[in-house]
Amino acid sequence: MAEKQKLIEVKNLKQHFNVGHGQVVKAVDGVTFDIYKGETLGLVGESGCGKSTTGRTIIGLYEATSGEVLFNGVSVHGKKSSKELKTLKRKMQMIFQDPYASLNPRMTVADIIAEGIDIHGLAKTKEERMKRVYELLETVGLNREHANRYPHEFSGGQRQRIGIARALAVEPEFIIADEPISALDVSIQAQVVNLMKRLQREKGLTYLFIAHDLSMVKYISDRIGVMYFGRMVELAEAEELYRNPIHPYTKALLSAIPLPDPETERVRRRTIYDPSQHNYKEGEVLEFREITPGHFVLCSEEEYKKYKEIYS
Amino acid sequence: MEKLLEVKNLEVSFQTYGGEVQAVRGVSFHLNKGETLAIVGESGSGKSVTSQTIMRLIPTPPGRIKNGQIIFNGEDLVKKTDKEMEAIRGKDIGMIFQDPMTSLNPTMKVGHQIMEVLTKHLKMDKSAAKERAIELLRLVGIPMPEKRVNQYPHEFSGGMRQRAMIAVALASNPKLLIADEPTTALDVTIQAQILELMKDLQKKTGTSIIFITHDLGVVANVADRVAVMYAGKIVEMGTVDEIFYDPRHPYTWGLLASMPSLDSDDKSELAAIPGSPPDLTNPPKGDGFAPRNPYAMKIDFELEPPMFKISDTHYAATWLLHPDAPKVEPPEAVKKRLRKLSSNYPQPIIVKESE
Repeated sequence: MAEKQKLIEVKNLKQHFNVGHGQVVKAVDGVTFDIYKGETLGLVGESGCGKSTTGRTIIGLYEATSGEVLFNGVSVHGKKSSKELKTLKRKMQMIFQDPYASLNPRMTVADIIAEGIDIHGLAKTKEERMKRVYELLETVGLNREHANRYPHEFSGGQRQRIGIARALAVEPEFIIADEPISALDVSIQAQVVNLMKRLQREKGLTYLFIAHDLSMVKYISDRIGVMYFGRMVELAEAEELYRNPIHPYTKALLSAIPLPDPETERVRRRTIYDPSQHNYKEGEVLEFREITPGHFVLCSEEEYKKYKEIYS
Repeated sequence: MEKLLEVKNLEVSFQTYGGEVQAVRGVSFHLNKGETLAIVGESGSGKSVTSQTIMRLIPTPPGRIKNGQIIFNGEDLVKKTDKEMEAIRGKDIGMIFQDPMTSLNPTMKVGHQIMEVLTKHLKMDKSAAKERAIELLRLVGIPMPEKRVNQYPHEFSGGMRQRAMIAVALASNPKLLIADEPTTALDVTIQAQILELMKDLQKKTGTSIIFITHDLGVVANVADRVAVMYAGKIVEMGTVDEIFYDPRHPYTWGLLASMPSLDSDDKSELAAIPGSPPDLTNPPKGDGFAPRNPYAMKIDFELEPPMFKISDTHYAATWLLHPDAPKVEPPEAVKKRLRKLSSNYPQPIIVKESE
């Protein structure tokens, strides 16, 4: 890729939650990355590492503690007129993990999908509104007869398709998918992932794909970021990350994935990550540094030199 | 090898407002001593109902065992009364559930929940039971068990709770352990730890395990043999190598092909299985998988396929194995896996009902 245009810029984003008793949970603690137009950035990590919080803060569901998120150069957070906010929200949409909890059970599918259309006034007449709904249903592989039904009449995979149709209704540029396939069966997961890839090709969408299923993330993503305890420890192109993981946590994570191949499973050796293995000295600064082009690792100055020697 | 458990032609159905749901439709398999059988299938395939029926945990009504036998240690569990089952459940057969938060009692100390098994089934006194509970917690890899034994489930993390569940299930040295998606709710690193723990404990205690999951990576890791379930039936069963390197049923092909592979850079479209599983209130005529099966022939929609035997241990229920069936090519992703296995018969043999 020659000139890549930045769609999202996340700069030193922090999201701390006050949990009472003077305790603060640093869910996201200084994360910096860019998402380029038309790409899929995968975000992986264990539960509690802050990957979902990162996604939710980017879209503005939380007000950031500090740091900045720029969408096309415009800050997502901070004071804005309701009109500005509306245009911004239209361009960013979200697909949620739980297809059962994320659809209002008392609304018909047509109303769920058209809610965004109504709010943003994208349809002038009733006929136009319904025409859009039918189009969207067909785009995601459902049919127009489904429009007047309620969510409980659908299976998990179909509901996730409704969630995708709802996100697409306002013609967004950027979609955050927070574990969109985790709740689905294996045979259905592939259907939804294929659908997401097709939509990306056809509409030039940009995705932030948050998941813990690493084989699926590798398949769908152009680049992958690995998070650990609120920080991003490694960021690289998908192939590169799997072939040459540098950070010991990434190595441990990759070695823990069971592969559907009995022979490799019999000989698999798992590496275990112990945060104390770095032996950081007092006052050492951890920074996100570029080891090989496009491959970033969170490391100290000393480690940086070591990695540079080994990997480049 | 000695058989610990034999399930014969099991049929279980549920009475609902919408009609009778035939969740399990004639399932037969056996489990040898000390081996791990993985049951794979998507939600609604009947894998959990099968295992819960072995434990006799199916609420009746609405559930009903319509037919079949469950021979455990020479006795038929289907004929047991609830009272008799109480002596077996938790003692000879232990179970680990998917969600450790809802299956541990939140108002009871973890230690107490382990001690309950010991005092009730093994008639230990309280102090001995506590000793043993601490020992068990140490065995499953919980640090500081002396302190942990007096804590409540909410003080444990997800992985720790699952370990505590395993300790409860193993407390009475069960002969059979049923693990229903024990690692699905856990992170990959914790999952790897739990799987290692289970294999390690199996080596030490010689327990047989039925492992229910939909993750084929986990299956490859833990299983000796695999049963693939679809729409309430076992469609293919064999050793782990036979299922992964010589699969015969189109559904097994579909499962294997729909997963992206970690070590290939292939970005072409995933071979998704189209459609969704059938509604078991009106089970389809013929092969349950036929409507979603690109290889389906006319006969698949009319007549249910018999079991074919491909080797001593490998069975598959598909018409494709019939001598008159046309030769078909499995999907590309499956073809890469295929190997010639020497144990195969020259020709698949139709299995008669009685076997």
